[in-house]
This record gives sequence, C-alpha cells and structure tokens, in this order.
Amino acid sequence: MKTPRREYPNRLEPFFENLVFDRDDNTMVINFGPQHPSAHGQLRLILELDGEQIVKAVPDIGYLHRGMEKMAENMIYNEFLPTTDRMDYIAATSNNYGFALAVEKLLGIEAPRRAQIIRTMLLELNRIISHLFWLATHALDVGAMSIFLYCFREREFAMDLMEDYCGARLTHSAVRIGGVPLDLPDGWIEKLAHYINKLPKDIEDYEGLLDQNRIWKMRLEDVGVIPPEMAETWGCSGPTLRGSGIPWDIRKEEPYELYDELDFDVPVTDSCDSYGRYKLYMQEMRESIKILKQLIPMYKESDPQIMAHAPQYISAPKEDIMTQNYSLMQHFVLVTQGMRPPVGEVYVATESPKGELGFYINSQGGPYPYRLKVRAPSFWHTSILQELLVGHYIADVVTIIGNLNIVFGEIDR
Amino acid sequence: MAQHQVRYLQDGGLPVLLTTADKILQWGRSNSLWALTYGLACCAIEMMASGASRYDFDRFGTIFRASPRQADLMIVAGTLTKKHAEFIRRLYDQMAEPKWVISMGSCANTGGMFNTYATVQGVDRVIPVDIYLPGCAPRPETLQYAVMMLQKQIRRESAFQKLKPKRLV
Ligand code: SF4
Repeated sequence: MKTPRREYPNRLEPFFENLVFDRDDNTMVINFGPQHPSAHGQLRLILELDGEQIVKAVPDIGYLHRGMEKMAENMIYNEFLPTTDRMDYIAATSNNYGFALAVEKLLGIEAPRRAQIIRTMLLELNRIISHLFWLATHALDVGAMSIFLYCFREREFAMDLMEDYCGARLTHSAVRIGGVPLDLPDGWIEKLAHYINKLPKDIEDYEGLLDQNRIWKMRLEDVGVIPPEMAETWGCSGPTLRGSGIPWDIRKEEPYELYDELDFDVPVTDSCDSYGRYKLYMQEMRESIKILKQLIPMYKESDPQIMAHAPQYISAPKEDIMTQNYSLMQHFVLVTQGMRPPVGEVYVATESPKGELGFYINSQGGPYPYRLKVRAPSFWHTSILQELLVGHYIADVVTIIGNLNIVFGEIDR
Repeated sequence: MAQHQVRYLQDGGLPVLLTTADKILQWGRSNSLWALTYGLACCAIEMMASGASRYDFDRFGTIFRASPRQADLMIVAGTLTKKHAEFIRRLYDQMAEPKWVISMGSCANTGGMFNTYATVQGVDRVIPVDIYLPGCAPRPETLQYAVMMLQKQIRRESAFQKLKPKRLV
C-alpha cells in the first residue's frame, strides 16, 4: 500500500531500475552497493545468484560522477591541476604528474633535473602509500583487521613525509607544470632515508602475518583468476596485467622522467590469481624502495633549479617577480589569462600505482583545453568484473573487488 | 589544531550519584556514538585514517558500523552526486532515532570545487546536518574535533523530549 505523500513530504519513493521480480527461474537478484563498506567507494553491482554462485554480474557506475572532464574545459591549465588530485585520491601526485607531463609535452618544455628527481621521489612515495592502502583495505575486507592497523601505521609515516614537503596529507598538488613548486625542505632526505630503511622490515612483517595464513590463502588462492588473454582483451594494465604474466610497465616500455637511468625490476607473476597479485604488490613496494635509494645521491648532485625556464608559459621564480618588472608582467598575464599552448593534441600515459593513467589534451591555441580526456586504469578494471565474477561464490565478491584496487574518483571522474 | 578539553564535571556528565537520569543517559549516548560508514570520495580516506592506528577513533567510543540500523551518527564524507542522493536519504530514514549527521569536507557542505551538473550542492539539501566540518580533505584531528563538538551538543540536550524536527536547507 502506498503512503500518502502529504504526510511524509521528505520521503522518496523507492524505485528499481528495470528489475523484474516475478521470475520463473531459480536465480535471485541482489543489489550490492552503492553504499557498501567493501565496495571501495560507490560501486553498485547487480548480481544474479544461483544458490550462492553468481551467474550474472552487472557493474553500475556513475555514483561519483562529478563532471571533471567538463570542468577542465572551462579552466586554465594551472587551475585544473588541483582537480586532478581528486581523481585517484589515494596517490594524488601520480595524477598531478600525469597531467603536468601531458601539458609539458604540449608546450614542448622539459622540467629541470632537480625537479625531475623530486617528482620521481614523490611518485614512488605515492606508489608506496597507495600499495599500503591497498593491502590495508583488502585485508580488512577479507577479515584481517590487524593488517589494516599495521599498514595504516606505516602509511602515516609516508604521509608525514608528503606533508612535510607540500603541506597536504591527501590532496597534494605537489607537481606543477614545468617543475615542482618547492625544493625539498631541510632534513627531508634524512627522514626519507630513515623511512625506506625501516620499510622492508615492515613489509616482511605483513608477509609473515599473511603468506602462510590459512584463511588468507583459502580466500585468495584461485580466486579471481584472470588468464592472460582475458587481461589483454579487457584492457587491463598495471599490477592486474602483470599479475597475469604479461611483463608490461610503462616505466620500462616508454620511459619518462628518470626511469631510464634507474635500475629496477618489473615483478611479474604467472599465477593469475588474487594471491599472486598480492605477492606482486609486495614486490613492487620493494622495487619502489630500491628506486628511492638510488634517487637520494642523485638529488645531492643536482643543480638547484626547480622550474623550467619558458617565460611564455611559466612564471619566473619568486625573486625575479619581486625585483624585475618584466617578470611581474609575465606573471600577471599568466595568472589572469593563463598560458596559451600551441594548437595540437597529445596523449601521454604514465604508470600510476593502479596501471596506465593517460591524459589526452586537445588544444585549439586558447587558454582552456578544448577537450580533456582521462584514461583511468580503474575504469577498465571495473568492467572486467562482469566476466570475472561469474562462477564465483558471493563471498568472493569482496575479495575480487578489493584485489583489483579500484578507486571511484578515477572511474567516474 | 585547537586545544579542546573535555571537562566531564562541568559539561554535564560524570557525577553519577546526584544526577538526573537525563544527564546520565545523554552522557552515555554521547560517548558511544556509532558511526555509519558513509565514505563517498576522498574524504572517506581521511575518515578511515581517523579510525586507524595513529588517530584511533575508538577512544571516543566511535565505532564504524556498516548497517544504518546500528548507527547513531552518519558521517557524510565526500561528494554527493545527484545519482546517489536518493540513497543517502533512504539510509538516513533507516537509521533509528536519535540520530545525528556530520557533513565532512567542502563537497558535503556546499558542493566544494565541483560546481557542476552532476553534484548536489551540499548534503543539507537532502538530509538535515548537525555539524559542518570544513576542509578539503579535513584532517583526522578535525574530524575528531567535530565529533567532540557533537558530543558536547548531545550532552546539552534533553534525553526524553522528542527530538525537534530538523530543518532542511
Ligand atoms: S571535500 Fe575535497 S577531499 Fe573531500 S570529497 Fe570533496 S574534493 Fe574530496
């Protein structure tokens, strides 16, 4: 019976999208999300169950669609940079960097060496933050609460480092078009060295708790198996692709920044299941530590310039703006009107902690991009769910969602 | 962060022997605020961080629950979009009285930086809000401060009066 609307003016009428509840087969339709603690944001799944087994899964996205790509069309390039923070908010610097690199390619400039070193440091630090967060939430979903607490402990130390550098914990905006805004503060390098010396032991601790843990193995092994062909056809990238035995890392394939000078391995596993991917993430953190260790001496040898010199596009350093009239005028024009890149389009892909993060920019020579498109890795990893979940049990759903490392700010944008 | 001290003796609370049932009830309520996990976007990460090891929300008696039926407090952490707006109202209606809402972050307060076709410009258009917490993303300490302010507010209220209907903006 319907309640008269007059009595409860604030109550909304429930509605169900195209769901038929009179069925003759034996399956049951259940709704998962969008507000589910294990949905990693606002994923909604419509699952059709036969007993406890899933026969059909339809991911429904768009609950966090904030219209970022449209916003970009009405913002000057520097103005859009903080918005990129809010895409993959777990590793914000990797988005800032992807966007800044795309604009730099469009402008045809290159950041000075010290800026590149600092950026690479921040990127790898963000990779560690993101992977620790992944392990924490994944373990929490599977039922290992203590891992969540341990991982967040170590993650907070990395966040402290980020905060020392740029002042923000989550939304960093630590990379600028053409370089970085600040040099590293005093003592930062020592703190970083201390942190990365400590971290391998902590990773060992997690592995000690999880590797041979019976429950962890039962819930992860042979769950969410992505064969290599499937990973390729669905457009997977990052750890999800490498977990299927395909050695593909953009840092190696098309090196950007300093990655061609650095010595690191790309861990790959053939097991294709969730457990293999868990080992892969652990290994990747170790590789990040290795990269950070090599960057510390490189930083000490570099020149102090941190912003590229391109007066047409990028403001001069602060001292020049304060002392020289021409720099001040340039700065004024760049702030009020924005830089005007040449006509053209670019697509730049970087390896974010989650996979291939690409920015496509179409510029018509104006201060605003004509079109900006983001290729977010999580989007492709969400679409795989409709094939991956079929045949699994309902309890495995949270394992698989957690394991794919999806972030909704990035999917819906 | 602002120094904030809880003075149990003055803010209504601890003296158990000579007190009104009102006060002891509200004291108990304010110290066992169970929050509904309502992580929507970036702010949810800070909400999780405040529940985790360094910031330790359990000190305040705040435990995150996944079901609205077990929760007294809804912390709306993140951007509310128009597509999601229906669900937040439905979950709010499912919570048992008395219930409170903290709107965490600029997005939940006013729409924040996303003044677009897709976002709701403030959750207070859909559900009544008790505490507005500014910041993009607010730090975990500020979330805890907001909960402490809410506790203070609850201790001032009367336990047995029916809650006044709250206002939508
Ligand atoms: S207020 Fe800022 S951090 Fe919070 S959800 Fe909105 S954009 Fe994200």
